[in-house]
Amino acid sequence: MISFENVAYSYGGGELLSNVSLKLAPGSFHFLTGPSGAGKSTFLKLAYAELIPTSGRVILFDKDVTTLSRDDVARTRRRIGIVHQDCKFLDHMTLAANMALPFTVSDRESSAQDMEDLLGWVGLKHLADALPPQLSGGERQRAALARAVIVDPDIILADEPTGNVDWEMSLRILTLLVELNKMGKTILVATHDLNLIRQAKAQIQARVLRIAKHRVQLAGADL
Amino acid sequence: MRLPTAKPASPATRALEVVPPSGPTAWLTTFTAGAMTFLCVFALALSLASGRLANRWSEALAKTATIRLSAPAEQVQIQTDAILATLATTPGIASFRALDDAETRALLEPWFGPGLPVEALPIPRLIQVVEGEPPYDSEGLRQRLAAEAPGALLDDHTRWRRPLAEAASRIRLLGILSIALIGAAMAAMITLAARAALATNAEVIHVLRLVGAKDSYIARAFVRRFTLRALTGAAIGAAAGLIGVAALPAADAAGGFLTGLGFTGWGWLWPLALPPLAALVAFAATRRAAFQKLRELT
Ligand SMILES: Nc1ncnc2c1ncn2[C@@H]1O[C@H](COP(=O)(O)OP(=O)(O)OP(=O)(O)O)[C@@H](O)[C@H]1O
Ligand SMILES: [Mg+2]
Repeated sequence: MISFENVAYSYGGGELLSNVSLKLAPGSFHFLTGPSGAGKSTFLKLAYAELIPTSGRVILFDKDVTTLSRDDVARTRRRIGIVHQDCKFLDHMTLAANMALPFTVSDRESSAQDMEDLLGWVGLKHLADALPPQLSGGERQRAALARAVIVDPDIILADEPTGNVDWEMSLRILTLLVELNKMGKTILVATHDLNLIRQAKAQIQARVLRIAKHRVQLAGADL
Repeated sequence: MRLPTAKPASPATRALEVVPPSGPTAWLTTFTAGAMTFLCVFALALSLASGRLANRWSEALAKTATIRLSAPAEQVQIQTDAILATLATTPGIASFRALDDAETRALLEPWFGPGLPVEALPIPRLIQVVEGEPPYDSEGLRQRLAAEAPGALLDDHTRWRRPLAEAASRIRLLGILSIALIGAAMAAMITLAARAALATNAEVIHVLRLVGAKDSYIARAFVRRFTLRALTGAAIGAAAGLIGVAALPAADAAGGFLTGLGFTGWGWLWPLALPPLAALVAFAATRRAAFQKLRELT
C-alpha cells in the first residue's frame, strides 16, 4: 500500500529523516512514535504526497509519488483518510458540511443516512450544524476522524488523534480506529502516548515504529 | 432528523460554498467590468460610425464628378460642345449636364455674395457628370477630353475623397484598438483580483487539496465567481452605454460626424455581445490565474 525505499527528507537544513525503508501491508495497524519534533508529522506528509522525499522513493498504491501529476495526487488522497494534527477544517462551513467535504470536492453525493450514521458513530449528532471554531478539541478530533473515513478509504493516517483529549476520549477514539482496522483498513497512528499504544496492543496486533536519530525503526515487543 | 448536507445542492453551488464569501471588495470586479463595458460601447459606436462615414463619403463623392472648362471666351462654347459630345459617347456615364450661369452663380454666391456678374468674370464652365454602372474609366475619359477640349479638367474628387476616407478609417482603427485595450485592461484587472482572492484563501485551498480536490475543482469556484461578477458588471455597463448612445441627438439630414455617432440597424446588436464577451475574458483570465496560483500554493 505504502512503501518507503531509502527515503530521506530535509526541510533545508540537515536531514530530518534519513535512510527510511519500510512497508505498510494492507490491513496492518502501526503506531509511529518519537519525541516532539522528531519528524512524525513529516513522515505522514511524505505518506500522503504533501512532501516529496529529497532522496529515495515513496511508493503509494504501486506508484512512485514523483511520477504523480497534481490530479493523480488528488485522486490518491481520496483513497487515504487523513486525520491532521490540527484537524484542517473550513471554518465558514458547518461540521456536517466539513465532514462531507471529501465527497463534495469529488462531485459526489454523501447519503444522508451515511452521514447520520457517521455522526452517531463519533457521537456528534447534536453538533452537525455547529461551526468548527465552536467545537472543543476532542470534538474536533472526532469530527476529523469521521471526515477521514467518510469516503471509505483503504488507508487511514492519523496524526496525534488523541492529542488534546482526556484518557476516556482517547480510548473512544482508539476504539474507533480498532473497529476500522477490523474492517480491513490499513492504519498508521502517530502518537507519543505510550499508554494508548499499550492499550491498543491488548486489543489487536499493532506494530510500533519509532523515530530516533533520524531513522524509523520497528520497536521491539517490549513496551 | 435531516442533516444540512442532505439538502440537494447542485455540485456547482457547493463549489461556490467551499470558498468563503469575499466580503466588501467583491463589487470592485463588478464595477470595473461595468465601467470598462460602458467605455467599450462608445468605442464601438465610434468605430461603427466612422466606418459608415468612410463609406458614405466614398460613395457620395464617387458617384459624381465635375469637368471644369477654362478657355478663352471665344473657345468656351466650342469646347463645351466638344466635351458634351465626348461625354455622350463615353460608356459608364449615367447623365451629364452643363451648369447654366444661374446655377454657377448660386454655387459661388456663398463666397462672393449675390449680384456677381458671372458673365464679366473669367469663371470656368462647370459640367456635372453622374457615374453609371459600371462606372466609366476616368483615365480614358481624361485622355479623350485632353484631345477634344484642351481647356477641360476632369475632377472626380479622388484628391480630397482619399484623405477623408483615410481619416475615417483611421478613426475606426483607433476605435477597434481602444476596444482591444479595454478588453486587455479588464483581463489584467480581473487577473489581479483573482490572484488576490486566491492568496487570501490559501489556507482554504490547502484544505481542499488535502481532502482530494483537483485543481480544476478549486479553480471552478473562483472562475464562476469572477465570471458572474464580470457578466453582471458588463450587463449594467452595456445598458448604461446604450442608454447614453440612444440619448444622443438624432442624426439630422446634414449627417454631421458627431450627430452620426450611434448604432443603426443590426449595429445595435454589437453592444449586446459585450457582456458575454466580458464574461469570456473574465473566465479565461481567472482560469489562467487560478491554475498558475494553485501550482504556487500547494
Ligand atoms: N515547513 C517546515 N519548514 C521547516 N522546518 C519544518 C517544517 N515543518 C516542520 N519542520 C521542522 O521539522 C521537525 C519535525 O517536525 P514534525 O512536525 O514532523 O515533528 P513531529 O514529530 O510531528 O512533532 P510533534 O510531536 O510535536 O507533532 C521540527 O523540528 C520542525 O521544526
Ligand atoms: Mg506532529
